[in-house]
Amino acid sequence: MKFTWFNLMPWPYLPDDFREKNRSVWVDIDQRLFDPVKSHDVYNTYMDLLEYADTLGFDGVGVNEHHQNGYGIMPSPNIIAAGLARRTKNAALVVLGNSIALYNPPVRVAEEFAMLDCISGGRLVAGFPVGTSMDTNYCYGQIPALTREKYAEAHELIIRAWTERDPFAFNGRYNKLRHVNIWPRPIQQPHPPIHIPGGGSVETYDFCIDNTYSYSYLSFSGYIRAKALMQGYWDRVAERNTPDASPYRAGFAQTICVAETDEEAERLYSKHVHYFYNRCLHVYPGFADAPGYRTIKTIQTGALSQYAPPRGGYAELTWKDLIEGGHVIAGSPETVRQRMEDLIKGLNVGNIFCLMHVGDMPADKCMYSSRLFAEKVMPKLRGLLPECEGDGRFWCKPLERRATSGALPTEYQPSRHPEHA
Amino acid sequence: METKTVQTRHAPVRYLEGGSGEPLVYMHGAGGMTPDDPILAALAARWHVYAPYLPGYGETEECGSLRDMLDFTLHTADVVTALGLKDPILVGHSMGGMIAAEMAALAPNDVTRLALIAPAGLWMDDHPIPDMFALLPYEMPKYLFHDPEAGAKLMTAGLKMDDPEFLKTYLIRNARQLGMAGKLLFPIPERGLSGRLYRITAKTVVVWGESDRMIPPVYGPAFAGAIAGARLINVPEAGHMVVLENPAAIVEAVAGIA
Repeated sequence: MKFTWFNLMPWPYLPDDFREKNRSVWVDIDQRLFDPVKSHDVYNTYMDLLEYADTLGFDGVGVNEHHQNGYGIMPSPNIIAAGLARRTKNAALVVLGNSIALYNPPVRVAEEFAMLDCISGGRLVAGFPVGTSMDTNYCYGQIPALTREKYAEAHELIIRAWTERDPFAFNGRYNKLRHVNIWPRPIQQPHPPIHIPGGGSVETYDFCIDNTYSYSYLSFSGYIRAKALMQGYWDRVAERNTPDASPYRAGFAQTICVAETDEEAERLYSKHVHYFYNRCLHVYPGFADAPGYRTIKTIQTGALSQYAPPRGGYAELTWKDLIEGGHVIAGSPETVRQRMEDLIKGLNVGNIFCLMHVGDMPADKCMYSSRLFAEKVMPKLRGLLPECEGDGRFWCKPLERRATSGALPTEYQPSRHPEHA
Repeated sequence: METKTVQTRHAPVRYLEGGSGEPLVYMHGAGGMTPDDPILAALAARWHVYAPYLPGYGETEECGSLRDMLDFTLHTADVVTALGLKDPILVGHSMGGMIAAEMAALAPNDVTRLALIAPAGLWMDDHPIPDMFALLPYEMPKYLFHDPEAGAKLMTAGLKMDDPEFLKTYLIRNARQLGMAGKLLFPIPERGLSGRLYRITAKTVVVWGESDRMIPPVYGPAFAGAIAGARLINVPEAGHMVVLENPAAIVEAVAGIA
């Protein structure tokens, strides 16, 4: 099992009447709600928490990319990952990911990911999302019906830039580059493992299967509602005669809150969970899905309706609803262990993206919950997939010997070297 | 109107044909077209009307090889050729007007009569056009019609919006149509036309509904002023869907150049 401690980095100061006074947390969110001075503490606390997760023994620390978004103040995950590369020791840097259709040219991603891999000693797990319609189309202006074609071209360019050893010309439709020759290139060979966040389209299933990439479902609606989608993926894996159905071919994001008891979990975390589901997920429906963003084939399968938010939206859900519906896994270590086991076995997923920081949760509670998970839950889940434990295809392969940051020698002193006197 | 098909290099193109007289090609807007559209009947009473669907519209498949303004412009010129027409009267509404203007600018010797009905294609920072791709269906009528309530009825006339199966088909069609339209109109409906309008030599009329809240009437003078000799006609009590609200005014405007 691979457990990645994930922080979406929500803005924790959305007002109580946010829903009533604002139409969307994303795209056209009110600028005035962001306070740059307060963000200084917010960013540093969030980065401290990611570093703390490394000390707790999580397999990875995870960051992602959103734009103009009140629940994700991380338009450039690579900047956060760069800080983590220096300040963490063992955890994989799971950048999930860079929306590769948005980088011009996409060799920028090949370069920055290579830098992260080199600085971290081969700890990068690279994610290549198409990006949500909110980010990609409404914020970054990509033409919806051309986004996937541009994405596919960016992917081809990045993989070639990582794997070819001689300069080459790339005559793409969206990128014309006469001399592709990235410098540096990644430590991991042939390239860092790749995870693809997806939302239920067959094209993305196939893309992962064809390239041996891990398919990640990053939803906020929990493992129970994810069954149909993940089953669709595994059915496709079988249909395509894929050599194996290793659970590491898949990843899943789950909100998790651990306390000593179930009651304590509700008392400590309910407020912050509601902050997230009420305020952070308040997205104007007009920004949900630009026409052309999804293929007609995907819409025709009718699959999407199954993954839509619950009727009435998330705002109406009580703590009990959220727990029973599996949106949130919360409670005592034993409760959480049981439900995590259901999740892992039910979805057949080896990569878990643990959303341990939720909404406006303060650092101390987040640390408490994370430590309990790391100490009392994680060890009991580790042995769940014994037959696939050796499957390293979807995880990073760090160098044995890695540099220690901040370990400069003492400065050169001429007086100690009489030959120069 | 009869529905027929003609093949171009890129796609089988469905088109509606009716009426008699001089050939006239009508190009629909981003919302699409139905055989019952009153503008078609009104034009067909005077001219021989050909109204091609853009690939992705009506019952047709979207077309991946049409990506940008030049592709759409040349494709539509190909349709005119495939129909066996030479220098037909070109009438385009909204997105169709944008394509018609491009055709007239690209090949001024092939287009001598041009009617632009609330065309897209220009952008003024002081008069931003609403983001139609972020509008929910129920918000549309107030941008499209002089009388939004009556407009909402016109939009859904004959559609079984409470039938889930119909609704599914409708939503898929909408995604397919607007997906194609997005290639010209997303996220800002401007693809450099302002730099090419000077090339138009066609006898041109520009028609605008005075209550247009999608592309405000201030764009009328901007178009008419950039095309030599163009005449601007403002239609009172009509919005962006002036083609539905006052087809007679369009016929009269087209008669002035035909």
